[in-house]
Amino acid sequence: MTAAGTLTRTGRGSRLVGLGALLLLAAVAVLLSLGLGAQALHPAEVWQALVHPDGSDATAVVRELRGPRTVLGVLVGLALGAAGALMQGHTRNPIADPGLLGVSAGASLAVVLAISIFKINDFHGYVWFAFAGALVASVLVFSLGAAGAGGPTPVTLALAGMALSALFASFTSSILINDPDTLSVFRFWVVGSLAGRDYATAWAVLPFIVAGLIVAAINAPALNALGLGEDVARALGQNIVVARTLGVTAIVLLAGAATAAVGPLAFAGLIVPHIARVLTGPDHRWLVPFAALLGVSLVLIADVAGRLIASPAELQTGIVLAFVGAPFFIWLVRRIRMVRL
Amino acid sequence: MSSPLLVLPGRRVLRAGPVSAAIPLRTVAVTLLALAATVAAGVVAVGHGDFPISPETVWQVVTGGGTRIERHILLNLRLPRVLCGLLAGAALAVAGALTQTFARNPLASPDVLGVTYGASVGAVAAIVLGVGLIPIAALAGALLSAAAIYLLAWRQGIDGYRLVLIGLGAGQLLAGITSWLLLRADVADVSRASIWLSGSLAGRDWSHVRPLAVALVVLLPAAVAVSIALRVLQFGDDTARGLGLRLQGAQLAVVVVAAALAAAAVAAAGPIEFVAFVVPQIALRLCGGSRPPLVASAVLGAFLVVGCDLLARIVVAPEELPVGLLTAMVGTPYLLWLLLRRSRRISG
Repeated sequence: MTAAGTLTRTGRGSRLVGLGALLLLAAVAVLLSLGLGAQALHPAEVWQALVHPDGSDATAVVRELRGPRTVLGVLVGLALGAAGALMQGHTRNPIADPGLLGVSAGASLAVVLAISIFKINDFHGYVWFAFAGALVASVLVFSLGAAGAGGPTPVTLALAGMALSALFASFTSSILINDPDTLSVFRFWVVGSLAGRDYATAWAVLPFIVAGLIVAAINAPALNALGLGEDVARALGQNIVVARTLGVTAIVLLAGAATAAVGPLAFAGLIVPHIARVLTGPDHRWLVPFAALLGVSLVLIADVAGRLIASPAELQTGIVLAFVGAPFFIWLVRRIRMVRL
Repeated sequence: MSSPLLVLPGRRVLRAGPVSAAIPLRTVAVTLLALAATVAAGVVAVGHGDFPISPETVWQVVTGGGTRIERHILLNLRLPRVLCGLLAGAALAVAGALTQTFARNPLASPDVLGVTYGASVGAVAAIVLGVGLIPIAALAGALLSAAAIYLLAWRQGIDGYRLVLIGLGAGQLLAGITSWLLLRADVADVSRASIWLSGSLAGRDWSHVRPLAVALVVLLPAAVAVSIALRVLQFGDDTARGLGLRLQGAQLAVVVVAAALAAAAVAAAGPIEFVAFVVPQIALRLCGGSRPPLVASAVLGAFLVVGCDLLARIVVAPEELPVGLLTAMVGTPYLLWLLLRRSRRISG
């Protein structure tokens, strides 16, 4: 462990600077999210509205319209970034996204049921359905993936996740194919968007995201040992089953809460860890916080871009992430030699 | 390898003078059993429907007999549908086996080559804009996006890892375009598009079967040929190069064959979910070995799709479901059972 210690010490200074820069970037993204939209506000006006709220239009826009989605963007960005880093760390698979453990598919099925059976028609009404669906699905995935002789290995977890996700997706489709009314509502949830959410949604998911981030922070150091292979990790004193269970708990809390709040935006959790890994290398003690902060910037900037591109209408956050995030990711993969898992 | 006592576990070694070959007995047995099951499912499938036809009559019609109405129903309505499923299932499964071995990733499917996402953009655009010609639009979308991904991943050669990541990004972009098209379409078009997106064999006729059959006749032998290179490629790019493989040529061949197989299947039958991903994994666990077997995957893929299409016509009769919904419902429990029964670590 001496070699690892030395390596970390030499890199610590520059990594702290990097963390500071990412914090700054996230703060700028928050300001942009509060200031930009159909009506652009000067940063001074934003500050005024935050610190000394008055009855002006600016105060109403900042606090009532852009406030909730900004808070949600911060929470969801943190959650998806951290969950993505953990997911790829545990599976050691670069194409694993945080929705893989059944979270996205389970939440989608639950929301479809909420629309078609309970006739629920507003985004806040979906939160608990989506969260429950995500939890049930991922508990199923984990119990099946862990039930084999080898315990919860990354490959069995990932395969069980893919398989059950496809199963849930086919139930979802079979409902939607015979129910166009539900489909016409559901298609706006399933792209993922921060628009039209209120503070109540943010408060509902806040405890789960905070708990998830704490578990993620506890779990991150273990991933460095697990990355050497399970046998080496065991020899280094890691309890593999505990580490895997903590990791899955964190991923499910974070990705489940994020999906419940804004719909499936798992793509953010897929690309952010790759970008963060370029900055930090494979050390998960740094990778997880870097990915979380980058997630905030990415989600907020995508949301702001969606407001500006189609102004005065809006383009959904998930669509912007695909249209802007994907080309950026491709550019990045071409430019920089990606750090392998 | 000159030892006369060479024993390969699970294989019979055949010798004829200086030539010898190892026959993987288990793979052969699985393949033959699956073939028998596929033929049986096919015969039942062409016989089943509002106008039931017995297996003997099916045989008479195929050999040139039968009444006019039997010939019409069998040859013009049911046989094309079953053949389309059979060929599409085989093509998707082989494409999946090639991609998973090439990417050394059990989660990979032709999706990472952009084929399904590109085909979906083409087909949904054709439906939403009212152009028609859905198979051609899907084929064009699939091939264009696969080519674009390959070119984008090219940087003094192709690196498998980079190709997978770029395919992932491009797939998300294409999926975003599909969602964007669906958000703007009217509900009737969205319903039609979602049936196509599930993968359906309803209303398939000889015009769908013929191009697919031609594609398979060319591409299946090609797949077996490129899989010889894959045997070396699975050790990693550097080792493969060290063992004398022309890496770029081999990778290009694998990607072209896999993408073309998947594109032909998706153009004819839509992106039948799960076949390309699950069948190679099932075949691998049934046959053993270090990578998904190609021929066994092809036969199992054909069986899964034909069997599921038969089920899709039975469970909600007289209505029917898109076959793609059933492949996941049937394939998942089976894959999970295999995972649980023998949890061997297979890193793809």
